[in-house]
Order: sequence, then structure tokens, then C-alpha cells
Amino acid sequence: MAELTLHQTMFALVISLVAFLFVLELVRRRRLLEEYSWLWLLTAGAMVLLAVWYRLLIVITHIVGAVTPLNTLLLCAVLFLFAIAVHYSVIISRLSTQVKNLAQELALLSSRVDEPRS
Amino acid sequence: MKPPLVLVPAFNEAARIGRVLAGVRAAVPDAILLVVDDGSADDTAAVARAAGARVVRLPFNLGAGVAAQTGYKLAVREGYDCVVQLDADGQHEPADIPALLAVIAHDEADVAIGSRFLDGANTYRPGLLRRAGMGLFRWLAWLLTGMRFSDVTSGFRALGGDVVRFVATEWYPTDYADADVLITLRRAGFRLREVPVRMYPRTGGLSMHAGLRPVYYVFKMLLSVALAPLRREPAQRKGA
Repeated sequence: MAELTLHQTMFALVISLVAFLFVLELVRRRRLLEEYSWLWLLTAGAMVLLAVWYRLLIVITHIVGAVTPLNTLLLCAVLFLFAIAVHYSVIISRLSTQVKNLAQELALLSSRVDEPRS
Repeated sequence: MKPPLVLVPAFNEAARIGRVLAGVRAAVPDAILLVVDDGSADDTAAVARAAGARVVRLPFNLGAGVAAQTGYKLAVREGYDCVVQLDADGQHEPADIPALLAVIAHDEADVAIGSRFLDGANTYRPGLLRRAGMGLFRWLAWLLTGMRFSDVTSGFRALGGDVVRFVATEWYPTDYADADVLITLRRAGFRLREVPVRMYPRTGGLSMHAGLRPVYYVFKMLLSVALAPLRREPAQRKGA
């Protein structure tokens, strides 16, 4: 399979680096908690790696048996989106349990405040 | 020994809960009445207070299972040995509470479940679809627990102290409970016993078994069946 031209490599690298730095910047400004950033950083890091090391994508393409590197990229993108969606579901489940427990705690405590005779 | 706690989770039941609480008061005069108001928009809390019940008010609607668990958490903190739970909409007959309490008081079981089908003299006649659904739940509950329940969708029950402490933990399936509760408690090693009670059709309002919920319920039960053997057993067993 053909190598990327310098033009193509530069473009892919710039896009990937922007994505990586954008996530880092969100973490730096505390807009995104470290806890939730790792999956995004991993993805942006993989983008950078594939941009500078195109042979790796070709090797992976051979391993998974895909016809073109584009198929491999598409597969990776779908898998990543699946992973991040499940990741969010897990986080939402945990938050729901915490909200439930907080609401119960609030209800029990405020019932004691409202009814001092009991 | 503390008096029993009668727990009534309620959501927008201002029109019916007063009569239910009066019935409970007449049936078990020494019981403490606790209404957990599941974020009602109507006067449920005020009506309940006027009827002499303690009221715990959730800040927003969280579902019947969560409301019930809130009551169980209060029972654990205040050291109640026995909790009876019944619906706020008048479907359950308060006069049957002593029969449930007796099972717990004589230590015949850890959980007494009110069944509308044990007694032949029952007036409750569900529709065909509902009967089919109940049959399916019964079969699933049997598959999971090896016990034959006559009424797996009953929310009318009495729990002893160990069970109350258990359901106040995260093991309690707060998400649309009933049949799941039976299975969870059975698997945790508690003794369950059904007691014949009277139940009435709803006099109005919206049943919680409406719309697509039964479909979700079946899905949840099937998931429980599939995952139960793979799950770690509940950590907090009876007597633990």
C-alpha cells in the first residue's frame, strides 16, 4: 500500500495534535475532570501515533484482514464511540445511585428538622 | 420491643391516602405510620400529616422502589424490628396487616408477602393480559428461587429486622421492584412466606403497571434470570 505524502502526513498530524491539545486544555482549565479525560487522550494519542507512523496502520490493517487502511480507521472509530458511550453509561449509573442516595438522605434529614417533636 | 412501622410510599395520592391511613390506624392502633412522599405535586404530604402519619418527603420523584427504600433506611436508623409496606392507593386491605405481622412476630418467616390469590374468597380478577404477565413472572420467580409464589407482583408485605437492614443497602433493587425483591431476598437466604390478603382494583389514578412498563419489567426479569447465577451473592446475609 502506498505511503502518505508529506502533505497528507502534515495535515493528519496537525488535526491529531489539535485534538490532543484541546483535551489537555480542557483538563488544564478544569472543564474536564482527569477521571473522564483518559479515554479521549488515549484516542487523540492514537490519532497522533497513526499520523506519524502510517506503517502501523497498514500492519493493523493486515492483522484484522481489512481491505484498505480506511476500513481499519472506520472500525477503530466505531469501537471508540462504543467504548465512550458505555463509559458514559457506567458513569451515569453511578451518578444516578449517588443522586438517589443523596435525595433519600436529604428527605430523612429534613424530616427530622421539620418535625422536632418526633 | 418497638411498635411496628407501617410504611406507605405515596405519589400523588392525596385523594386516597387519607382513607388508607385511617384503615391502618384502625387495624394496628399501636403502629407508627410513615408516609414517604415521592415528590408528589398534590397535597399528599399534608393529608398524610393530618391523618397522624410521619412524612418523609423526597425532593423529586424517584420511583416506588426508591421511596420504599427511604422508609427502610429510616427504620434501620431508628431501630424498628418490623416494617409493613402497603400501597397508598387503597388496593391493599389494612385489616390484613395483623395477619402479616403475626408471621414476623412468631418468627415463622423473615418476610410475609400478602397474596391476593392464596385465598379462594378473593374478589380480585385481573384482565387476561395481566394474568398472562403474572404467570410469566411466577414462572421466572420459580426458575430463580425454586419457590412457588402465588402472587409475585404484590407490594403488600411485612419484613423482620434482618430483612429491613438488608433492603436498606444497595442490594435492594429499587428500580421497579416487586418480583425482583422476592428473588433477591430469597437468594440472600431469607425465609419467605405468603399470607392470603384482600386486594381491590384501583379506584382511579394511574396504575404503575401501565403502558410499556410491563415490557420493561419482563426484560428486567429475564436479565435477572440470566445474570443471577453469575452474580456474587449478596454480602449481607441474614444474621450477618
